[in-house]
Amino acid sequence: MTSRRSFSEKYGRYWYKFRKNKLSLVGLAAIFAIVFIAIFAPWLAPDPSSAGLYVNFAGAGQPPSSAHLFGTDEIGRDILSRIMFGFRYSLMLMGVVLSICVVPGVVLGLIAGYYNGRRISTLIMRLADIFVAVPPLLLALSVASVLTPSAINAMLAVSVAWWPWYTRLVYSSASSIRNEDFVKAAELVGASRSHILFKEILPNALGSILTKVTLDCGWVILIGASLSYVGLGAQAPTPDLGTMIAEGSSYLPAQWWISIFPALAIVVVILGFNLLGDGINDMFSAGIS
Amino acid sequence: MHLNSPIFVQYYYWISGIFTGNWGISLFTQRNVLLDVEQFLPATIELILTAAIIDLLIAVPLGLVAGRYANSAVDNGVRILSYLGIAVPSFVVAILLQLSLGYGAHLFPIIGRLSQTTTPPPTITGLYTIDSLLTGNFGTFGDAAWHLILPAFALALGPIAQEARIMRSAVVENLRRDYTLSEISHGLPETTVSLKYLMKPSLIPTVTIYALDISAQIANAFLIELIFNWPGFSRYGLNAMLSKDLNAIVAVVLVAGVMFAIANILVDVVVGYLDPRIRLQGRSEE
Repeated sequence: MTSRRSFSEKYGRYWYKFRKNKLSLVGLAAIFAIVFIAIFAPWLAPDPSSAGLYVNFAGAGQPPSSAHLFGTDEIGRDILSRIMFGFRYSLMLMGVVLSICVVPGVVLGLIAGYYNGRRISTLIMRLADIFVAVPPLLLALSVASVLTPSAINAMLAVSVAWWPWYTRLVYSSASSIRNEDFVKAAELVGASRSHILFKEILPNALGSILTKVTLDCGWVILIGASLSYVGLGAQAPTPDLGTMIAEGSSYLPAQWWISIFPALAIVVVILGFNLLGDGINDMFSAGIS
Repeated sequence: MHLNSPIFVQYYYWISGIFTGNWGISLFTQRNVLLDVEQFLPATIELILTAAIIDLLIAVPLGLVAGRYANSAVDNGVRILSYLGIAVPSFVVAILLQLSLGYGAHLFPIIGRLSQTTTPPPTITGLYTIDSLLTGNFGTFGDAAWHLILPAFALALGPIAQEARIMRSAVVENLRRDYTLSEISHGLPETTVSLKYLMKPSLIPTVTIYALDISAQIANAFLIELIFNWPGFSRYGLNAMLSKDLNAIVAVVLVAGVMFAIANILVDVVVGYLDPRIRLQGRSEE
């Protein structure tokens, strides 16, 4: 970072902008809680064995009670425990997809933006356009369908659908930043290309990238849940929220708790990331203080 | 199937097949995929168009009122609705609607395009509502429309949330402009200010996102059609994906991509109509 201000000064200003909106704090708290639950699921869950190969037909289909707060499913697994382990899978999906997408997406976008107008830029952007021309859910579904259904392939499928959005985002900011005087100055003193790309342009595009990453967390989890809802995601007995909703929906409406509680869990995760994303957006947006 | 040929030769055969009407044989239906597309696409188009109309009719007034009266009770309601619309997956909305309004209140049918006792109208466009109106069969029209409402609403809720939010922020932005302030201070009636001067410029960003959402609906319809047992293109595509029916999958992606491209072109035309700066000066640089 080129800034000469002290880190704490900068940090304090961002934190002030973030906490101005109370909903951002709610989102932050929700995400902290979910990450905490996901990490410590084996110790927090009332019945950790429910997450693995486990059947208990005697206790199947029980409504919510003090013993099973969210009830039990069609083969007697505790739903609360499965949701807690399900968070792990959702967060893992999100983390893997975003770490696969963001780095190549951002690097390609930087290159395309900096060399805007040259052949390499056209090549990258047209390639991104091809991927963007198909709705992400459809692309992810079709990629997942030709692969063996598994958690890893679901992550790959979502990543294939996701990277070009980062390329386009970074391209548009990089192609305007490269005309700024400080980039020209760096070129004039003979700075290397990687210095210009990563030290001059990237830090100035970081705010919009970070906002998009947070807002995308919810979308990625949503698409992952949609994939597993149709059976192209994690396979049984992995506790996955989308799969749990799909399996439980055949027992609706008599045993509503089997699919309604996982559905609520998904809503909380996505809502949390969206509120957090809005907060981060406020943090970097132009309200110059 | 020219499996011995190199990939680019296979691609050449595929492309020439697309243009000559030979889209390959579906492993699932054992027919030319083009016939399947013709049979199943109208149902999905009917669903998506209905969702699009619901979307526009709800999102634009909501966004307009929320933006005009920012930070009022209506605004807060819209804000909550839009967060829920983004966070609740469409398949959950579909299940909840089926349970509450379909199964619980018996207000709407749960699955299919028509009741079992209703005979489908003769195929003219393939859209049951339009076909039944064209043949003057209002009973069938009512039945078809009645079946459309729940799936279309489930499909529309996510986009409604997004568009209402964008419309709201555009209205708030335009409300601060000098021309709006001068209209208000000249004492123009509230409805004239809102409907004539505030709505049109605010529609520009809304319509852009709206069209992109509509063209993405063909993918969102995958889950909705599965849940409502809607005999449409997306359910056909989903079946093809689950049975690894490659010719059909390729066709589904192709049709969706073409629809997406058409929607993008339409956006440019409509935005050009709405925005005189673009209409008069030609497209500016990106």
